[in-house]
Amino acid sequence: MNPTVSWLTLLSFGDKGWGDELLFGACLSLGIAISAYLVGLALGLIGAVAKISKSRVGRATAGAYTTIIRSVPDILIIFLIYYSATDALRWVVGFTGLTSEFQLNGFVAATLSLGVVQGGYSTEVLRGAIVAIPKGQIEAAHALGLTRRQTFFLVTLPQMIPLALPGLGNLWLVVLKESSLVSLIGFTELVLAGKMAAGATHDYFVFYCAIAFVFLVMSGMSAMLFQGLEAATANPGRRK
Amino acid sequence: MTEFEDYLANQLLAGIQTTIVLFVGCAVVGNLLAIPIALARLSSRRWVRYPADAFALAFRGTPLLVQLYLCYYGVGQILAGIPTIRYSMMWPLLRGASCYAFFVLSLNTAAYCSEIWRGAIRSIPEGQREAGQSLGLSKTRIMISVLLPQAFRLALPAIGGQNILLLKGTALASTITVFELMGAANLVRAQTFRVYEPLFAAALGYFLLAVLVTTGFGYFERRLARRY
Repeated sequence: MNPTVSWLTLLSFGDKGWGDELLFGACLSLGIAISAYLVGLALGLIGAVAKISKSRVGRATAGAYTTIIRSVPDILIIFLIYYSATDALRWVVGFTGLTSEFQLNGFVAATLSLGVVQGGYSTEVLRGAIVAIPKGQIEAAHALGLTRRQTFFLVTLPQMIPLALPGLGNLWLVVLKESSLVSLIGFTELVLAGKMAAGATHDYFVFYCAIAFVFLVMSGMSAMLFQGLEAATANPGRRK
Repeated sequence: MTEFEDYLANQLLAGIQTTIVLFVGCAVVGNLLAIPIALARLSSRRWVRYPADAFALAFRGTPLLVQLYLCYYGVGQILAGIPTIRYSMMWPLLRGASCYAFFVLSLNTAAYCSEIWRGAIRSIPEGQREAGQSLGLSKTRIMISVLLPQAFRLALPAIGGQNILLLKGTALASTITVFELMGAANLVRAQTFRVYEPLFAAALGYFLLAVLVTTGFGYFERRLARRY
């Protein structure tokens, strides 16, 4: 630790400070979190539909998926998916004989691995929201002659959103914090950028405090945003 | 068994012991701390409520990984700079990562569980408290004998889930050099260049532990339900 350099200098922008690196890292963290959230929602929607479907194979697969995601540490799953996805893609690319040295793009790998973890959590939230829609709505849609696909996209999905919103807000806060885990597979987002800065200057306390503060601000703002969304979408078009 | 399998099994067995000790210790301390923090957050006195709220906000708003880094590298560095601590009897303990991991994981669990307890206590009908008052019970007595037991029943499923998250959180202790199950898997991975065997074996270990914890909480919930 160098006492002559104040923490304000360390966190400033430009050549002497690490502020610009940290800001770039924070943007990447947000990017990873948003894309993993979307991947997770897509996987979660598929998982939720599979969980309440009549197909036994679908239910068993979705059940195994959520059970494993809920009981194995996220970082372990991220490692496993990262390595297996890289190996699988390398094998495919090697098979086509295009190139022998293949490296998976870091952003894609991080999104994919975090998204799979997030999908497991999303499945439960979305399943709960689908189940909470009264059966009469589906029956009414059938009576009107809508196909099953139309029923899902025009009746079930729009009514699900306000029901799922508190859960989705929580999921966003979870994925925002879990985006820190992709630093462990070598993706330079906020935490790894801060770790490098801390290692270079030996001012560990300042940099980790700064990272924690940035995360606190990001999650605080997201919480307020979701509260506003919940207030805006509360009981749309439904009689109280 | 081949030499590799033997080595892997030995390392993972050593690691899983640390995981279990870390998990049990943090679960006990974290869950016990959660109740006073929840009560402080429900207090009508501002100077009690605000610090407890700030504590919960800080631990719930930042990633566990950052908390571990901040405590081990940041606070650890400051402690090493203070001569009275650097040369005290406590130093061998404070030098290792285990005590920081224990500290952070306990407080993290306490912050999340305090939120669960707070919600559970607030969702008990006001009539329960009023009934206690009309029986002439003191405020402390109402809390201990009327509100907390009912809140416990409401909170137990969520607390079970939170403890599973704690178990998963112990895997992150390997990032600050605590040698637990995940750390053991990483060691074998680094030494033998085999990726899948150690990771799958560690995943299986965590899965079994999680099943054990879930079953334990399920049993507890059923026993508690039988009494009413």
